[in-house]
Amino acid sequence: MDQFTLNLLFVGASFALYIGIAIWARAGSTADFYAAGRGVHPVTNGMATAADWMSAASFISMAGLIAFTGYDNSSFLMGWTGGYVLLALLLAPYLRKFGKFTVSEFIGDRFYSPTARLVAVICLLVASITYVIGQMQGVGIAFGRFLEIDAFWGLMIGACVVFAYAVFGGMKGVTYTQVAQYCVLILAYTIPAVFISLQLTGNPIPALGLFGDTSDGEPLLAKLDQIVTDLGFAEYTAAHGSTINMVLFTLSLMIGTAGLPHVIMRFFTVPRVSDARWSAGWTLVFIALLYLTAPAVGAMARLNISELMWPNGTDGAAVSVEQIESSPEYAWMATWEATGLLGWEDKNGDGMIQYYNDANAELQEKAEANGWQGNELTNFNQDILVLANPEIANLPGWVIGLVAAGGLAAALSTAAGLLLAISSAVSHDLLKGQLTPNMSERSELMAARVSMAAAIVVAVLLGLNPPGFAAQTVALAFGLAAASIFPALMMGIFSTRINNTGAVAGMLAGLTVTLLYIFLHKGWFFIPDTNIFTDADPLLGPVKSTSFGAIGAAVNFAVAFFVASITKETPQEIKDLVESVRVPRGAGAAVEGH
Amino acid sequence: MSLDKTSAQYWKANVRLILISLVIWALVSFGFGIVLRPLISGIEVGGADLGFWFAQQGSILVFLALIFFYAWRMNKLDREYGVDEV
Repeated sequence: MDQFTLNLLFVGASFALYIGIAIWARAGSTADFYAAGRGVHPVTNGMATAADWMSAASFISMAGLIAFTGYDNSSFLMGWTGGYVLLALLLAPYLRKFGKFTVSEFIGDRFYSPTARLVAVICLLVASITYVIGQMQGVGIAFGRFLEIDAFWGLMIGACVVFAYAVFGGMKGVTYTQVAQYCVLILAYTIPAVFISLQLTGNPIPALGLFGDTSDGEPLLAKLDQIVTDLGFAEYTAAHGSTINMVLFTLSLMIGTAGLPHVIMRFFTVPRVSDARWSAGWTLVFIALLYLTAPAVGAMARLNISELMWPNGTDGAAVSVEQIESSPEYAWMATWEATGLLGWEDKNGDGMIQYYNDANAELQEKAEANGWQGNELTNFNQDILVLANPEIANLPGWVIGLVAAGGLAAALSTAAGLLLAISSAVSHDLLKGQLTPNMSERSELMAARVSMAAAIVVAVLLGLNPPGFAAQTVALAFGLAAASIFPALMMGIFSTRINNTGAVAGMLAGLTVTLLYIFLHKGWFFIPDTNIFTDADPLLGPVKSTSFGAIGAAVNFAVAFFVASITKETPQEIKDLVESVRVPRGAGAAVEGH
Repeated sequence: MSLDKTSAQYWKANVRLILISLVIWALVSFGFGIVLRPLISGIEVGGADLGFWFAQQGSILVFLALIFFYAWRMNKLDREYGVDEV
């Protein structure tokens, strides 16, 4: 059986499984649609949240970014896990006690203002749609590869599949489907990693293999450092970027994690407040299984690629064009070339492909002496690394099929969760909560589905010119959530001082400065060449646009406190509400918003 | 519900626990993983240094321990102060 049929088989079988579960657990009422009737066990909920959370960015993109940058991109690892500490300690139990369906309902009630709720909805939509763009990028790459077509058509087909999939059910269908998706994606991520770790280090646990020794007795990381510096690239384990930027970037990802509506919504679905605390822990357990493996995947893939391009060592002859075209070990290069995401060119016509860092002045001499005319591995989209990894390591065909299914599971589960958050924001908070309060349940569900479709169209249009690799686009979404939603939620719980005007001013200020900073660096609405600054030379010293969320959050806090201090004090009944949210006793089932 | 003495104490105990946990949270990630990495670079861990390990794996393990510790401690605190759900 050829690889194409095998991929189709794995992807088809996994889809049949998800759709079967979605039909079996179809949402009946609005309560089912948004919060799964609150009967979800913390471990199940943790697994579903992990699937919801680990998206194309975590599965497809992150290890690639770590592989080609090394230590500097550790921010993704710390940021996307550290946020769960904030969520578990600062938000989840209190929001569960409050007992409503959506994040904006909490903000609207706590800050006793329909305006606050509206602003929260806007913040949530901006962050979620940016996030969906990143997901669609991943979906496009995964579909492009497994159907062996251009990534653009992969994106178009992917968008249709995501839509069909998301309208099937609400949270309840999604919760159980996501448990299945978690199982598929974690197996797909770890199985190839185990194989590769065994090949390189003899250790079956990739996380330990990363710090282990290779077959010749040299530590894996030392060997990797040596080979990449020989080729003129930056040392893998060393720090190169600005420390300030790395701290701010990590912090933005952490705060953003705790401010993302589709993740927070998950904690409304556990039975009790104490379960909300456990649930955050279980979620992180399931996430950690992938996140502890990811740095190993990145480092090992980088080593494999470098050695494939230099089969005779960095001082020997490079890989020949003939070898790439005929040897089965290099077959992955031809398949990925078809997606337009990988490319090579024999610039100096010596019949070999020299892969090195031609921007490094120190290598100029060696290049001239050997007659190299620039790096000949001309295009290597970092987002393909994880999907290509099993092929690069020459693993059996079924592993490659499994990884294709896993990548799609990751992208689809998150896209579905996000679309649910977007649709509930539009239909539940915007239409029913503000514009047409007498809407029937039926038309509310209809509006929810129409808004999902609209969100996909917007995400695809903006995703045609993505502002970076999938994980970087997603990082921008986190910056937006960090600057707008998280501070409002935290102040709502931990300070009785913040009033309605303070919260609204804070959210608007945080969202506006962050969005502005991103557009200044990435172009207005991500349209190419409309940017004024670049992330290589940002407006504020070392602060890149992906790191600005933490500053945006600080602006939000500062503005909120200042405005609250010069406006009317919070009324007594709201202070009582805050105090009741702080103690678990008396948490009932969630009630319909008004 | 007004803020009586015990629920004020309960909240104070909770905030103190949160602060301690967040200090550890920041120390392992922003501290050992980034800012303090040069200070502990002498300690070698399999081909790299301790700071690299914290940045790529160690902090994640500490985060896990922190969340479970907090959940366990708070659920106990809920019962001690009689504010748990019945």
